Amino acid sequence: MSDIADRVRKIVVEHLGVEEDKVVENASFIDDLGADSLDTVELVMAFEEEFGIEIPDDAAESIQSFGDAVAFVTKAS
Amino acid sequence: MFDLTGKCALVTGASGGIGAEIARTLHGAGATVALSGTREAPLEALAAELGERAHVTPCNLSDLSAVDALPKAAAAAMGSVDILVNNAGITRDNLFMRMSDDEWQSVIDVNLTAAFKLSKGVMRGMMKARWGRIVNISSIVGATGNPGQGNYAASKAGLIGMSKSLAYEVASRGITVNAVAPGFIATAMTDKLTDEQKDKINVQIPAGRMGTPQEIAAAALYLASPEAGYVTGATLHVNGGMAML
Repeated sequence: MSDIADRVRKIVVEHLGVEEDKVVENASFIDDLGADSLDTVELVMAFEEEFGIEIPDDAAESIQSFGDAVAFVTKAS
Repeated sequence: MFDLTGKCALVTGASGGIGAEIARTLHGAGATVALSGTREAPLEALAAELGERAHVTPCNLSDLSAVDALPKAAAAAMGSVDILVNNAGITRDNLFMRMSDDEWQSVIDVNLTAAFKLSKGVMRGMMKARWGRIVNISSIVGATGNPGQGNYAASKAGLIGMSKSLAYEVASRGITVNAVAPGFIATAMTDKLTDEQKDKINVQIPAGRMGTPQEIAAAALYLASPEAGYVTGATLHVNGGMAML
């Protein structure tokens, strides 16, 4: 679990250029971390590659926060 | 100028007059090309003519599941797809009042829906690369309309609206999306016209002649080039002045 969270956090930090301590459970990519809507598409692409999973479009839309992403990846991998 | 060395381009409709010339021109500028089309023999012939850096990726664009597979096949053959030229198009002309649902739908599927699906299919790689070029081959009739071509004109106008919308979305990622709108171009299709028919067409064209596939290919090359990086959402009209838009 913590391993997944760390890897997800690393991707978010690298892609959005935010401080690591800002990437908390409830941090919304768009509202709190300054992502635009295309960034969220790119984050999902990066999660897919990092974890070797496929995230369908309707599921991708539900991944709005760091916590959402960790929960989804944990369930899928 | 316009050096495409190291870039990989997928061209649909490469078995046709304009598509083949676009592929030839991009290849001549240094690009690796994937030639797509329904008829395999002319694609193989073109690949043989071009020699190295040419791949054949046949696809029937009216088969929408085959369309989904094409970007993957092209990327597998070339390593990536940096440039997509949505050139393939069909006509099923008929008077509007006589046009069947099938005539309408088949033209929309091949000319517009396939371009949508292919653009979507190549976008992931372009977004990661922070570089990409999509060139959609529209038509003068997409802007002016043409009797008997309600379906074709709708598909070609649709390409322009789609290009502009996608251009907005991906501009910040170094990806441009543009359209080329040819007027009357001399191809195997227009060779069949009589001299009298050609004269009737030519008087409507301020340049006094039909365009050549090379003149369309040059426009596509420009929009595909690194030099056109600040041009996006544009429609380049190449029509000898037939419609000044």
